[in-house]
Parts: sequence; C-alpha cells; structure tokens
Amino acid sequence: MTYKRGIDQLPIPPKDARVQNVVCDFCIVGCGYKAISWPIDRQGGARPDQNVFGEDLAQQQGAESASWYSPSMYNVVSQNGKLVHLVIKPDKACEVNGGLSSVRGGRMGETRVSEQTGTMQARLGHPMVWRYSQMMPTSWEDSLALVADVTRRVIEEMGEDGVIVSAFDHGGAAGGYENTWGTGKLYFDAMKVKNIRIHNRPAYNSEVHASRDMGVGELNNCYEDAELADTIFVVGANPLENQTNYFLAHWVPNLRGDTLDKKRQLLAGEAHAAGRIIIVDPRRTVSVNACETVADRNNVLHLAINPGTDLVLLNALLTEVVARGWHAKDFIAQHTKGFDEAATANKVSIDDAASITGLPAADIRKAAQWIAEPKADGKRRRTMMAYEKGLIWGNDNYRTNAAMVNLALATHSIGREGTGCVRLGGHQEGYVRPSDAHVGRPAAYVDQLLIGGQGGVHHIWAVDHFKSTLNAEEFRRVYRRRTNMVKEAMDSVPYGDRAAQLEQIVAAIKRGGLFSVVVDILPTQIGEAAHVWLPAATAGEMNLTSMNGERRLRLTERYMDPPGEAMPDALIAARLGNAMEESFRRAGNETYAAQFKGKFGWKTEEDAFMDGYNQNAEGGRFVTYERLRAMGTNGVHEPVVGFENGRLIGTKRLYTDGKFKTDDGRAKFMKTEWRGLEVAGRAQQKEKYAFLINNGRNNLVWQNAFYDVHTPFVRERMPIAPIEMNPGDMAKLGLAAGDLVEVYNDVGSTQAMVYPTPTAKPGQAFMLFIAPTGQVGNVISKGTNEFMIPNYKNVWANIRRIGHTPGAEGMSFKSIEYPKDL
Amino acid sequence: MKECPKLVELGRRQFLGRGALAAAGAAAVTAVPSGAARAALPAARVDYPTSRLANIKDLKVNEPMPIHYPDMDSPGVLVKLGARVPGGAGPDGDLVAYSTLCPHKGYPLAYDAKDRTLNCPGHFSRFDCEKEGQQVWGHATQNLPMFRLTVDAKGDISAVGADELIYGRTRNVLQG
Repeated sequence: MTYKRGIDQLPIPPKDARVQNVVCDFCIVGCGYKAISWPIDRQGGARPDQNVFGEDLAQQQGAESASWYSPSMYNVVSQNGKLVHLVIKPDKACEVNGGLSSVRGGRMGETRVSEQTGTMQARLGHPMVWRYSQMMPTSWEDSLALVADVTRRVIEEMGEDGVIVSAFDHGGAAGGYENTWGTGKLYFDAMKVKNIRIHNRPAYNSEVHASRDMGVGELNNCYEDAELADTIFVVGANPLENQTNYFLAHWVPNLRGDTLDKKRQLLAGEAHAAGRIIIVDPRRTVSVNACETVADRNNVLHLAINPGTDLVLLNALLTEVVARGWHAKDFIAQHTKGFDEAATANKVSIDDAASITGLPAADIRKAAQWIAEPKADGKRRRTMMAYEKGLIWGNDNYRTNAAMVNLALATHSIGREGTGCVRLGGHQEGYVRPSDAHVGRPAAYVDQLLIGGQGGVHHIWAVDHFKSTLNAEEFRRVYRRRTNMVKEAMDSVPYGDRAAQLEQIVAAIKRGGLFSVVVDILPTQIGEAAHVWLPAATAGEMNLTSMNGERRLRLTERYMDPPGEAMPDALIAARLGNAMEESFRRAGNETYAAQFKGKFGWKTEEDAFMDGYNQNAEGGRFVTYERLRAMGTNGVHEPVVGFENGRLIGTKRLYTDGKFKTDDGRAKFMKTEWRGLEVAGRAQQKEKYAFLINNGRNNLVWQNAFYDVHTPFVRERMPIAPIEMNPGDMAKLGLAAGDLVEVYNDVGSTQAMVYPTPTAKPGQAFMLFIAPTGQVGNVISKGTNEFMIPNYKNVWANIRRIGHTPGAEGMSFKSIEYPKDL
Repeated sequence: MKECPKLVELGRRQFLGRGALAAAGAAAVTAVPSGAARAALPAARVDYPTSRLANIKDLKVNEPMPIHYPDMDSPGVLVKLGARVPGGAGPDGDLVAYSTLCPHKGYPLAYDAKDRTLNCPGHFSRFDCEKEGQQVWGHATQNLPMFRLTVDAKGDISAVGADELIYGRTRNVLQG
C-alpha cells in the first residue's frame, strides 16, 4: 500500500513567527531554506494580515508558490526548552535554488527529532557505554573518561599510531567548519594522528589530488557559469539526481535558451545561443533524459563510454583540439607550463580512442567541436567542464582528473565567465584544520590497517564503514571479531572498577582486540560493534557554517534543541581533549597533558568557529556569525576579501587573473598516458563475470540512508538496494521486477532488488551505493590508486535469484524516465 | 490523452520558458471560477464535500477525464484503468482519481496513457496511477493525493475525500 500521511491541513505560521536562515543539511548545492517557528499554543490565519507570508491562504496558491509548505516540511520540536511548531521550507530569494526543494531537503522538517510527532526517535540523546553486556546510558563525564583513559593507555603502549580515527571532513550536517576544526585540532594539533580516514574512503586524501597539483582548486567557478556557458561538458556525473537544484535552476534554463538575455547582458559583444551539453557516462541517466527533454535534440550529446576509459576520451579530445588549432595559445603561453610535453605524451588518434572507448569517432570529433571550436563570430567558446564520482571513483583517478584539467587549461576554460573546471561535489564543504602534512602521501590505508590487526582504539566521527568501504565483508568480519574481544574482556570485570577494566581492555587490545568509539546522531551499523556511543547534535540544533559547490559560505542558525544531552561535534572534541588532558595528568604524564592544555576551552560552537575559521581560513578574519547571519541564505563566495557597508565581500570566480596555485603562478599541464584498468585484478574480473556492477546514488536517498531507513516514504521505495537491469538480462536469468538477487564475484557477495530498466545496456547493471540493506562494497576489491583512492565503479560480478523482496508487491517498478514524447 | 487537452497543453507550454511557466501556473489558478464547495471549520480534520464527477458510462478505459475536487481551483483526473488496482473504486475496482497539481511545485501533471502515469513537465516527477499515486521518481516529498471515490447503483461516481495535502493549500478544503 502506497504510503500516505493522511494529513489534510497544516497549522499556519502567525505574522510574527520567527524566521531563521537554513542551508540544506545534505548535498553540495546547499539550497537556501527558512526555518519558521512559533509557539505551540498559537497559530496564524488565512488572511494576509494573519500569516508570516502576507498571503491570502484562503486561495489556491499558484505554481512555485513561496507560501506553500508540504507536510514533510512541518514538525513540532523543542526550541530553548519550549515546544514550537516548525516549518522548514525552501527560500525563494536564495540564488542557489530560487525556491526549489529536492526530495531530500524538502524532508528536513520530518527528519527532525520530535517526541511529539514521533519522528527520528532513534536519535542518540545520551552517551552509551558497553556495560553489563549491552549498551547502557551513562553520563558525559563517565563516557568521556572511559574513552580518554583507554586512548591514553593505547598511546602509552603503541604511541599515537595506535589511535585510529575515521572522521568527516565535509560541510553540511555532520560536518561544517566548526566541527572539522574541533576534530582537526584534537587529532592534528593536540595529537599528531596519522592513521586517519575520511567518511567515504579508506584513507585521508584528496579526491582531486591531480587538479590541486596542477594549481587548479577544484571549485573554481560559480553556479551562474552554468547559465552562461556555450557548452557544458560533464564527465561521470548525474546532476539531476545528485546536484538536483543546481541542475534544475541553472543548467536547464541555459539548455532551454532561457538565459540568452542574461548572456547578452553580461557578455556583450559575442554570439550567443542556447547551451549545448555533452554527458560522458556509460549509463543513460535521468540527467541525459532531462537534457533531451528540455533542449534542442541537436544540442545534447550523450557519450555512453566503455566503463573506465574516460582517460582515453579526454586525451583524444585534447589531441583533436590541438590538431585543429583550437587551443588557447596566448593563455597557454602566459599562464601555464608543460603544454608541449603533455600534448605530445597524451596524443591518441581519434580512431584508437574510438576503439578503446567504444564511441563513434564522429561523436568524439563532435565533442571536440562543441568544447573548443570558435563561435560563429570567431570568439572563444565558453565551456564549463564538470565531473564527479564517475571520474573520481572510476579508473585511474589521478591521471583522469589531470586529463580533464589539461583539456580545461588548453581551452582556457577556467577563470572566465561561463567556464570552470570543477568537481560537482557530494557533501557541502567545510574544511578548516591544522596542517595534515604529517599524514603523508600516500596516506595510510586505514581500513587495511584495521583488517591487519593494527591500532588499539578507533574513534569514529559520523562514519559507517560497514556500509561505506570497499572489501566490506572482510572489514566487517575482522572488525566484529576484534571489538568483540574487548567486549568479552569488559564483561569479565565490574564496570565500576576502572583500574581492572582498563587492565582487561588493554590486555585484549594486546591480543588483537580493538576499542571502538562512535560519535554520531543515530545508531550506525559499525556502532553495533562499538563500546561507546557519543550523541552529536546536527545542523539547526547548533549553528553551523559550510560552503557549497561554488564556495558560497553561509550560516545555518540554531532553530531547535538537540535531543537529550547531544552536543555539537566541536564541543564533544573539546571535552574529549579536556578529558585526555586530565587522564594524562592523573597518570603523572604532565608533558603529554600539556599538549591539550588551554586548547579546548570553547563553550559554544561559535567559539570553535572563531578559533578555527576566523583565525585560520583564507579571509576568515572578516567573518563572524553576526556578519554571516546578515548575509542570509545567499551568503558570500569564498575566499572572503573584505567587509564593507555591512556586507562581506567575496570572490565569485577563481583564477580570473590567470594566476594559479603553484609556486610561480603558472598552471601545470600533466602527462596522462593511458594504462588500462589500473586496479589489479579488475581486467580479469571483467572477463570472468557477466555484469558490470556500476554503482552510485539515486535521487531519493541521501548518503548511506541514515535518516531514510527511519522514513516510511523512502523505505517503501528502497526496502533493499535497487539494482537497475536490462529486461533482456532479467529474462535470461528468470528474474521479475522486485526479485531479490545475490550479486557475487571473487571478492564477496551482497544482495539487491531488481528494478527493470529498459535503457540499461545488456550486461551493465547499476546498483545503489552504500545502502544499508545491500552493500555494494562487499563485491569491490581492496585495490586503490597510488594515492589510496578506491575504484568503486569498475566492478564485475554475476547475479542470481535468491527470492523476492519483502514489500516489493506494493512498489511501482515503472520507468524512472520522464516520457519526453508526452 | 484526448480527454484532457488542457493538461497536455499546459504541459507543453511549461517547456517554453520561465515566463511561460509563471503564466501557466497563474492560469491554472485564475482561469477557473472559484468557490464551489466550502466547509465549516472543523475541530481536527477537514470535512469534505461530495462532488459528482461523472457516470461510469461516460468513461473509456485509459482515457482520463478532467475533474475538479474539492472545488474548481483544484484540478484532477478521473481514470477508468480497466483492471483492478489498489484503492480502485467501482464494481471493477478500476476507477481512480488524483490531483493533477504536482505536490512538488504545483505544475500541472500530464497523463501518459502508455504507462498510466501522471508526469510533471516542470521537474520530471512521475506518479503511478495504478499504485495509488506512488511517486516513481521525483522531487515531491509525498505521494500524489488520491481522491476517494464512491459509486452508486446508477453508476454515478462521486469524490468524497482526499488522502494527502493538495499542493498550494494549507487546508484541502479552502477556508474563506
């Protein structure tokens, strides 16, 4: 039965309701929202003078109304200890989304914790420790003292390399400048932890090392550039589902020709037309379909490339551009270096490229034309180049990323309006930490260290390896065994005898055990193995700053209370730092205690922001909460360069002066020769197994579904990780829609729910990434690139039926594509 | 498709440009007379009017009929699907009626007879008419409001309620 809320009216916010700035918790785009709250015992009315919108709500509202909110945007929450009605609705005045809400952000209301409406009752509200053979609630003092004592003992026995950390490094909820600084100061300043990894990959590394090595920061344009581009060239990304409102509010208008007036106004003196788009993706995504629906069919080119061969295509495009003489010779001479060597080394003929990539030679030539051929009036074309996980987590990350930047530099597609060479992003960004230079490069492969029995204590900040790693079956198996050794040891002595308890824990660690501490907002799968859970607050329960994919910095204001005693991660880090200091002092090690002394006195998240961002970020000295609050949901583009007339002054685009982030200011071209499938064993896997198990996100689910598993509206559509399959393949395997299948290969096995997909190529399946019920990581081998970036994408396996998905009878399995002939 | 040219036409116009979008949205609201059925303020839930929509013999299988419910400002469709479906009404359990204002941003949904879905030309959302309006893909944070139907002995079909909040309203039956 299709889920319905049965709600047919909602309370109306009164005229004097409180209105606060919110940036969406979730993706990189960071849509602007408003949190509207008012006392529980009051309501507004339908008349314009009775409600906060000044709107006649006795009338039907028109399309894109700024005054409508859906039931998912409403809740009853606690605010400063008092019950309030809360509406979190998209902000029409925000330049990012113009009032659009995604299916993820539009549910922020109902994903808030509420004891009144029963939402997110799974939230962690009190610290929990392993005591009397189960997780038991306890105090902050008790839990932090335990964590600090065990961590101290591990450091005494193994040094700081015995401390293994998994931590977010991003913005948005479960991140933000406050919290990356808090954790960063603890592990990179007070300590010098080098065995640390990030939420979605097994090491502490950049996903775009190459771009940075070439002097090109990966977020170098602004969203308006997608409206101004002549051509958008996008590799390995599915923006309609993953950067939804960036695509809908900025790309689609350009493809429709709706931004022509803006182009003529801002870029006078050159020819303009509706935007063209080239999408490189082995799969026909809903983004491709949407582009074909809104744009002239002759303006959309989908290059359905052989998986893992993007590098060859990019080299061929560079070769063709140079052969045609379309490269930006003056720019290359004045602002770059290494062009000739790279152009020579990377040369590949169109025919060879066609053979490897599986693309028609004519399409590769056409792509080169769309990217670089001068416009009708002879002016240089403006091409925006964008990429994301298809490239980042695809084959040969470093060289492929470099090849993309090569093409952008050769065509001067960086630092001009309507251009940019950018990653599209997953989470928002919010990174400010003390130097991580001691981590080294390549960084430690943390998940392999854990599997290999190393480390004694594991601090986990909003990361769930059990869902989001590669070689996941082995990881889970070993992790459970190691942490269980410590649980049994803890069970052997009374909890109240701390000395005996520590002795037992340390003995277990010496036998190969691991003590595990989870900081999170909700119970996690890895948390089932942990010994301590510390409850964190999320955005809106704390003030939180982040920047989006165009470096737009904003403040989400605190509009409600966290559950129970949950605290912002920054303050948890601070209290853990203080507890470590105390533990070392009690143990008589004043020298080590001094490493923490005076560093963690923050009382609020604003203290952490001022200590971190304000003092350490580029332009941070201009930025305060008060100033950001005044900038609203439009915020300011980083880096901030000044504060004038009450407004922060930002930087819309980087590198407009042709000065790049290298010692001499010249961007570097790179040699990026093709070397086949980089990860050992994948080429053989491809020969041996019937299906490519491509994988990635879908529109409905955010990240690893930490909220969505608690949300019936989503759970109904995604009871098990869906796998898109060609109907012909299904017939061969005797599969029906909704069947539960096992996906298995030489690495491991996992499960998925069959979703018939007529546009899927035979032999190419696509599975939801890091789903809680069907982890694709089980069948992904441990191989990474030279900098420990996993290749999650190029994986092959077989598929067999193991049953039918419970609940699938109620699901619609119709095509997810909009019928463009309608 | 022939039965609801207005919805289809609005759908096409949505793609013309942002200006046309706004005009189409406004037209959907203002072009029809308002104020058909009004209910008194209830204590907890909305009292719905009963509105006769059609007689079974007026309907052809898979040809949607435009309707309005609970008042003239709230467009919808009535479809005889030809096979029993969850939530279907009538002697064959195959009569369904839905709001055609997309619960994402209020754009007019268009019926695709090929796979019996309602589709939003604004942002590509899709709803399954054979599964109580379940969103197949899209941006709406709720499934499509379905109008509850009754059918009397003469075959007259009436709408008597709705199971989700209709786009653009804080109350399904407007208070005025």
